[in-house]
Amino acid sequence: MAKRDAIKDLPGEKHTFISRCLFAIIFCIALVTMLLVRLFNLQVLQHDYYTTRADDNRMRVVPVPPVRGLIYDRNGVVLAQNKPSFVLEITPEQVTNLKTTLQELEPLVSITPKDIERFRDRMRKSPRYRGVPLRNNLTMEEVARFEINRYDFHGVDVTAGLNRNYPFGATTSHLVGYVGGINEKELQKIDPDAYQGLTQIGKTGVEKSHEDLLRGTPGSKIIEANAYGRPLRELDYDGGKPGDNLYLTLDMRVQEEAEQAMGDFDGALVAIDPRNGEIIAMVSKPGFDPQLFVDGIDSKTYTSLNEDPDRPLFNRALQGLYPPGSTVKPAMALTGLEYGVVKPDHREFCPGEMTLPNSTHQYHCWKHSGHGLISLPDAITQSCDVFFYKLSLLLGIDRMHESMTQFGLGHLTGVDLPQEKAGLYPSREWKQRTYHQGWYPGETLNTAIGQGYVQVTPIQLAQMTARIAMRGLGFKPHILHAIQAPGSKDLTLVEPQALPPIVMQNPQAWDTVIQAMVNVTSTPHGTGYAMGKTAPYMIAAKTGTAQVAGLNPAFKNRSIADTPYRLRDQALFIAFAPADNPRIAVAAVAEHGSHGSIAGIIVRKVMDMYLLGKVTYQDPAEKNKAAAPAEQTRAPDNTEEQEDEDEHDEPFPDVPAPTPPSTVRP
Amino acid sequence: MNTFYRGPAREPRLSDLLDRWHIDLWLLTLLVVVCCIGLMVLYSASGQSLPMVINQAERMVLGLGLMILVAQAPPEWYRTVAPWLYAFTLLLLALTLALGSTAKGAQRWLDLGVVRFQPSEIMKLAMPMTVAAFLHRRRLPPRLITIAITLALIGIPTALIAVQPDLGTALLIVAAGGFALFFAGFGWRWIFGALIAAAAAAPVLWSRLHDYQRDRIMIFLNPERDPLGAGYHITQSKIAIGSGGLFGKGWLHGTQAKLEFLPEAHTDFIFAVYSEEFGLLGILMLLALYLAIVGRGLYISTRAQDTFQRLLGASLSLTFFIYIFINTGMVIGLMPVVGVPLPLISYGGSAVVNLLICFGMLMSIQTHRKLLSS
Repeated sequence: MAKRDAIKDLPGEKHTFISRCLFAIIFCIALVTMLLVRLFNLQVLQHDYYTTRADDNRMRVVPVPPVRGLIYDRNGVVLAQNKPSFVLEITPEQVTNLKTTLQELEPLVSITPKDIERFRDRMRKSPRYRGVPLRNNLTMEEVARFEINRYDFHGVDVTAGLNRNYPFGATTSHLVGYVGGINEKELQKIDPDAYQGLTQIGKTGVEKSHEDLLRGTPGSKIIEANAYGRPLRELDYDGGKPGDNLYLTLDMRVQEEAEQAMGDFDGALVAIDPRNGEIIAMVSKPGFDPQLFVDGIDSKTYTSLNEDPDRPLFNRALQGLYPPGSTVKPAMALTGLEYGVVKPDHREFCPGEMTLPNSTHQYHCWKHSGHGLISLPDAITQSCDVFFYKLSLLLGIDRMHESMTQFGLGHLTGVDLPQEKAGLYPSREWKQRTYHQGWYPGETLNTAIGQGYVQVTPIQLAQMTARIAMRGLGFKPHILHAIQAPGSKDLTLVEPQALPPIVMQNPQAWDTVIQAMVNVTSTPHGTGYAMGKTAPYMIAAKTGTAQVAGLNPAFKNRSIADTPYRLRDQALFIAFAPADNPRIAVAAVAEHGSHGSIAGIIVRKVMDMYLLGKVTYQDPAEKNKAAAPAEQTRAPDNTEEQEDEDEHDEPFPDVPAPTPPSTVRP
Repeated sequence: MNTFYRGPAREPRLSDLLDRWHIDLWLLTLLVVVCCIGLMVLYSASGQSLPMVINQAERMVLGLGLMILVAQAPPEWYRTVAPWLYAFTLLLLALTLALGSTAKGAQRWLDLGVVRFQPSEIMKLAMPMTVAAFLHRRRLPPRLITIAITLALIGIPTALIAVQPDLGTALLIVAAGGFALFFAGFGWRWIFGALIAAAAAAPVLWSRLHDYQRDRIMIFLNPERDPLGAGYHITQSKIAIGSGGLFGKGWLHGTQAKLEFLPEAHTDFIFAVYSEEFGLLGILMLLALYLAIVGRGLYISTRAQDTFQRLLGASLSLTFFIYIFINTGMVIGLMPVVGVPLPLISYGGSAVVNLLICFGMLMSIQTHRKLLSS
């Protein structure tokens, strides 16, 4: 080794070393240049791309659901509101022992095994840092009890949210409707952007038909989250736009009175302002508790509601199909007068029944003893069937179909509420299409008195009544009165929509028929005298009593949802008041009410409430049991052939001059 | 650095003090600046953990102390010690392999009861010292036999470390030994020959690599292939750097590290945090500091007085550079992911202490020059 040292070429070594150092410096600079080129590429050329990726990493857009608009009646009574509700939430990540936590919560808030089951289910599906609801709708007491002890419960929280609430419950259940969880079918139809962050949607009633106004526009917030998705802070907040508040045309006092007056009857009542088509009241009995659906109904309760023979979920006002019975007679009389087949003083002889040529079938009048010689107005007042049988033979089904359809029977009224049914007013063409049969004259007779194939909804009857009241003028029935934009005090009123008027060649026909309808309530032999005689204003009305099943072939082939389930007669009543200046038109159906005047009393109470602000009608039985037994003698319930209307037995002589008070007493 | 006597009476000056303590002011200043930057970045990268910063600062102070201590001994002393240190470390490496403890799937640690440490860290020092000391006594440029012995000196500990397995450290040790050989005048023919041999051996090596090592290389070739799995590191690191842009997001405002998208943010990937917060301009400044350190090291080496000092100084300087290049190259996606920290900035005690000891040796070389060159 020493030898080799001796022959070391030291200057040479140093020279080599220095050249190698220079090379090393070049090498370093070359590598650093490589780094810088790469960094320039990343940080300058692709800067925007990586900035976007970095933001995508950390930013999460979280939708902020809009607050749903409120629903009021026309006077500002709240029908649907958003109530703060308290939810007990547990964040699994922060709870050391879930089992003991649940046990310790037990004495403070009631927790059912069902709650725990649902909680565990939800917990599996959500990240551990997110709160999972354990109990909804805590009472204030429970909230207070928990808050006092909350320091014992790390990871347990009470959060406040908004829950849809209907102060009038069943009374407005069909009309206002309810909101519920968005289901699969709805999910495919809706625009997902419009429902960002929302879990509920209007299911029925106004909540459904005006969903777009009520919903509002969802906002969003941008939150910063870390690599594990845990939200850390809010970067941006856009609250969206709350839904519009809606004022309905409904008058809640009238609605409540209608609900009460209906008592235990199943059925429906629709009251319309004939001057503009505004719906004043709309009741379908029985109702249901809409809150069940908001909170999420369990399948057992739903099944029992759905299978209830009284069908509480079914909105009879729009979907109930009833034979209108004698309530069609005023419109029939107008049709006869319009086509000139009868004159106002036309008389027919009613022997109590009639037969068609080449037939042995007897078509009965409800009054088996017959009305004798009876004029057109009296035929309306006393509801003579034979008169209208004969009138129908003069008119024929084609003209009847054309005219009655104009009055609104058998087709949709177009009301701004969901699930309306069209009903049916038969025609030759319809019969051919449906049964591949020609039209028989006997069917014309049935149709003339609102039986047979005819099926109408209560809202159609109300609409027909309104059109008679307005002497042919018509407005589309509607429930929306005004829209209030969020945060604004101003109301945007909804304009009434006029329909093409029914024009009579001889306008006097209106007077004739309306006077006859006034006589229904104001003359002792009128079928509605019981409800009208004490009224401080003039009511024009018509009763109807319809046999519902058995003879009606329409039910045989059509599994219509509303096919009645019992065989007693339906009581119908249509009326408007004051007769000389109509402000309200009402149609009522009391299922199995047996005779029309029963429904008449319901209508009277509703009119009282609307026109006078209080009910002046008193049940004569209660008022004075001894007084006037004659007036209230009713024919026994006999469910004979076509129809039945209770009335005095003896026929009254011809039209006495109508002498009811012609003005409304204040 | 004139050591001529200048006269009897004068005020004691800073340079006198530095001379007495064998400190190179240039190196000391640059190193302290980089260390301070390191602590600053660490504070951000660790999620503003003051305890971690303090812990790291303590290690830096320890390292600087050891650096000055090392600088007190003359280089000749290290030349004498080198073979013994080498032999001792080799023994420790063998022991580690036999009974070392395992961490993260690799057997790197030796637990001596009192301290638990990685003998491979000592080898980072011992290797350049030994090769330089060996070549110091040989005729240069090295002949075949010299080269063969040198390669054996490098190969044995490298093999022991590579099977632990610790590819990063093995690479650095090969570099340290190889650079010494290179500065000694290792022929270019040999260098190219070795590179070609390495290329030829690559398939064989590939088959012997561990799965995670192969993964790293595959992901290096195509990091987006599995962005949520194995390529996650490099993808997130590129996002951090790219989103930093020219000026950076500002200190403590990097989102990638703070929100934990960037893994190993305070250790191997701390350069990505720095790039995100200080941008390309910040990087230019940092690289300039690093290059100044490397340059100062090479300058000291060129002025060294014997072969051992020259080879050791240059090798240490260039190894320091290779540290930087491998780390940054990995973080920006130029190189496969190899566990090499960013010198003086990544969190971790042994690397900092180790590096500062290396600079202590450079200071020793610089401050123990004699009047007459040998």
